[in-house]
Amino acid sequence: MLDSKIPEGPLENKWSNYKGHVKLVNPANKRKLEIIVVGTGLAGASAAASLGELGYRVKAFCFQDSPRRAHSIAAQGGINAAKNYQNDGDSVFRLFYDTIKGGDYRSRESNTHRLAEVSVNIIDQCVAQGVPFAREYSGLLNNRSFGGVQVKRTFYAAGQTGQQLLIGAYQALERQVALGNVTMYTRHEMLDVVIIDGKARGIICRNLVTGELERHFGHSVLLCTGGYGNVFYLSTNAMGCNVTAAWKAHKKGAFFANPCFTQIHPTCIPVTGDHQSKLTLMSESLRNDGRIWVPKKQNDTRKANDIPEEERDYYLERRYPAYGNLVPRDVASRAAKERCDAGYGVGTTKQAVYLDFRYNLINKYGRAEASKHGIENPDMETLVRLGKEVVKEEYGNLFDMYEKITGENPYEVPMRIYPAVHYTMGGLWVDYELMTSVKGLYALGECNFSDHGANRLGASALMQGLADGYFVIPYTIGNYLADEISVKPIPTTHEAFEAAENAVRERISSLMNIKGNQSVESFHKRLGKIMWNKCGMSRNAKNLNEAIQEIRSLKKEFWNEVRIPGDINEMNPELDKASRVADFIELGELICIDALERAESCGGHFREESQTEEGEALRHDDQFLHVAAWEYNGEHNWKLNKEELEFELAKPTQRNYK
Amino acid sequence: MDHYTMNLTLKVWKQKNKSERGHFETYQVTDISSEMSFLEMFDVLNEKLIEENREPIAFDHDCREGICGMCSMYINGRPHGPWHGTTTCQLHMRAFKDGDTVVVEPWRANAFPVIKDLIVDRHAFDRIIQAGGYISVNTGNAVDGNAIPVEKEKADQSFAAAACIGCGACVAACKNSSAMLFVSAKVAHLALLPQGAPEKKSRVLNMVEQMDKEGFGSCTMTEACEAVCPKEISVDYIARLNKEYLSAASLIDK
Ligand SMILES: Cc1cc2nc3c(=O)[nH]c(=O)nc-3n(C[C@H](O)[C@H](O)[C@H](O)COP(=O)(O)OP(=O)(O)OC[C@H]3O[C@@H](n4cnc5c(N)ncnc54)[C@H](O)[C@@H]3O)c2cc1C
Ligand code: SF4
Ligand code: FES
Repeated sequence: MLDSKIPEGPLENKWSNYKGHVKLVNPANKRKLEIIVVGTGLAGASAAASLGELGYRVKAFCFQDSPRRAHSIAAQGGINAAKNYQNDGDSVFRLFYDTIKGGDYRSRESNTHRLAEVSVNIIDQCVAQGVPFAREYSGLLNNRSFGGVQVKRTFYAAGQTGQQLLIGAYQALERQVALGNVTMYTRHEMLDVVIIDGKARGIICRNLVTGELERHFGHSVLLCTGGYGNVFYLSTNAMGCNVTAAWKAHKKGAFFANPCFTQIHPTCIPVTGDHQSKLTLMSESLRNDGRIWVPKKQNDTRKANDIPEEERDYYLERRYPAYGNLVPRDVASRAAKERCDAGYGVGTTKQAVYLDFRYNLINKYGRAEASKHGIENPDMETLVRLGKEVVKEEYGNLFDMYEKITGENPYEVPMRIYPAVHYTMGGLWVDYELMTSVKGLYALGECNFSDHGANRLGASALMQGLADGYFVIPYTIGNYLADEISVKPIPTTHEAFEAAENAVRERISSLMNIKGNQSVESFHKRLGKIMWNKCGMSRNAKNLNEAIQEIRSLKKEFWNEVRIPGDINEMNPELDKASRVADFIELGELICIDALERAESCGGHFREESQTEEGEALRHDDQFLHVAAWEYNGEHNWKLNKEELEFELAKPTQRNYK
Repeated sequence: MDHYTMNLTLKVWKQKNKSERGHFETYQVTDISSEMSFLEMFDVLNEKLIEENREPIAFDHDCREGICGMCSMYINGRPHGPWHGTTTCQLHMRAFKDGDTVVVEPWRANAFPVIKDLIVDRHAFDRIIQAGGYISVNTGNAVDGNAIPVEKEKADQSFAAAACIGCGACVAACKNSSAMLFVSAKVAHLALLPQGAPEKKSRVLNMVEQMDKEGFGSCTMTEACEAVCPKEISVDYIARLNKEYLSAASLIDK
């Protein structure tokens, strides 16, 4: 059933064996083959550019006005690679192991190992393209440490790593556009896949400027359409991030894997009110120097700086003395929620904790600078002044962003932070070649499920997107297309295109004809509330069952009550949004079903019924050492397929951070 | 930080599509919290318009974090509004007070035609990049990253130029609608790096030629662009571009 096509041989030789034996397409035949790439973030832009360079005829699509604006642009912290430039003992094996362990042993070893292998090529490629990574005075590349691992392997460009990587990939893509190898369609949204004789052969999309539907043929179709975190309404994702492309593929036969594996990031700027449209991340790197605390007294209304040291509860340092403030994301998030739920939260909404830089500003940086400057017995004022300078250099842009949003100066008062939805490990099921369960349909980047298990480590999503696009798909797609060279382009008048376009047209007109009384936004907010309250940081069977019922009735209400202004044949952002929210509602149901089925805690998925005496996540490897790949069988009806996970090198153990 | 609420009068540009003529429309918004972002204030207005069965206002946005370059509103005569070094999406309502009138228009430039309401077409920027805003290296051709050391100062300058988000505020602020700040930032980003050096000359000539073709005006160094650039890109890059352009043009005798 589920054939993951893992190559033979020992783990560390699989990828080179595969590459040595894979079928090839000769250059003349590549010219005859057309590939559709949906999405041009890091995964899609790198894939489209590389495939264009190889000589394939590529058509690429995105919904923004330019590929340079994909959500990847917002990534802050950095990208991992096993370069071992620091001579601190890093290796492909270590990066592989950290990633598998960070994912709480719920990812496929062979894919994760390949990711670690190609990570080194990514950095080289990006440097050659002119990505201005941070450098040392020697002129060589600099690294920072990230997310609890014990080596420094994260490459970065200030707090704008995603921006710089995406611009590199975007420029490579635009070069292929100029050379005529790639045709770029911006402000286009894919609304269905076309399948002919069991193989993906094209897409239907809507031109978002004119509202017209278009048909496009391809010998194969790549989805690189990002994550679905916005199913929670509020998240750190960009406003336009959506599940639509993946969901349409799912309904046409692509299995959806581990949808309940969603990542909640502990340090984000908290919600201020009902008007809130999105949440802003404050990079994980801040936890290197920021200490997290709440008052020891419940409902304490004093200002942070008026609360004396002995009345502060540094709860992470208290609960996890070994890792302190640097516990993994899932652990830090749950601990913050626990304190707030118990009545110790701060700020007007009481849904926040403090992230305080003062201690390290004075004691770590202030004192070090004073000693560098030869100042003996420095007074407090001098320490603060000197410390501030260093903190500014390290985190200046984040502090500025915080101040713009909140109006508070984090050099003076602690930041208020709270966990927020950030990333989705789940996604379309893919085999080793990144092919979904539909032949010729591939999924790359955040929209597939493959490499991060139940929890993603910091700085590894950028790595995965670029690995998939630059270094994996150019090889694996040939293995499929080699057998397609005799297939002539299928005219888009084919009945399958006709039928798919008609179905899309009908769905759009039924949406427009509801003419109800409630806005799209109001439904999205309600869905988000259900998801956050009942399928968020901590989950239990009762809540999940309720959520499933609530989402089903929300779906009914949506299809009876939603109001979409404007017309079909024009630019209509409300219609775009309605179509996405309708898909989110269906996905929400599947997420809850998956969360209910997985009656264990692992990584970001915390089931209250499955915890240790100290309240830590408890895995059940005897029952859940598998990928849950859901097959769509009609409304409210899914079949569970399991891909058993086999570990050749890694040894699943219970994580411990005490 | 003390929070407050305010009532505002908004005068917003409405335009059905590229070909029809636009006009200003006046809206009242009430109970706007000083904690909202400028775009959240527009969300509130749009929700109200939908409730009243009226057309909401179309505007571009995505990341709402000041990095994607999608948002683009000309607010009270200034691209991205009153705050220095800030995109529209990062502008917050505490910049305004109760009773204010706020005028909101799209970017205005021949090379950026209005598509609808506050949304303009910025493809011209992509075409300028296509003309040469890259280093011609195929995937798989690269040498080890540390085989190409880059002087830290140059790398930092290159990064500062590469921070451009391609929003087009520089064009919108310029009385000539020149795209020089945008083009010079890209030219500098790549020319400052050893990897970008081999194509230095053809790059600057081709990008400038494309900029002219797109109908952007010429640069008369008023520096209005720098003043509104949300990423504080410096006009020094324009001087750099001019130098590079002259030396490239004099060497190439095509
Ligand atoms: C605030 C923030 C900070 C982050 N920081 C880091 C970090 O420091 N390090 C790290 O490794 N990871 C980080 N991540 C995660 C990482 O940025 C993402 O996982 C990654 O960039 C996703 O890339 P992608 O190419 O898969 O998708 P995206 O960049 O989301 O691109 C999706 C593309 O698909 C297109 N698209 C979507 N649907 C359709 C459709 N129906 N039709 C047509 N086109 C469509 C879009 O237009 C876009 O081009 C961060 C994430 C966030 C939210
Ligand atoms: S130079 Fe500044 S204003 Fe112009 S496009 Fe770039 S970021 Fe925007
Ligand atoms: S919405 Fe992305 S920069 Fe403003």
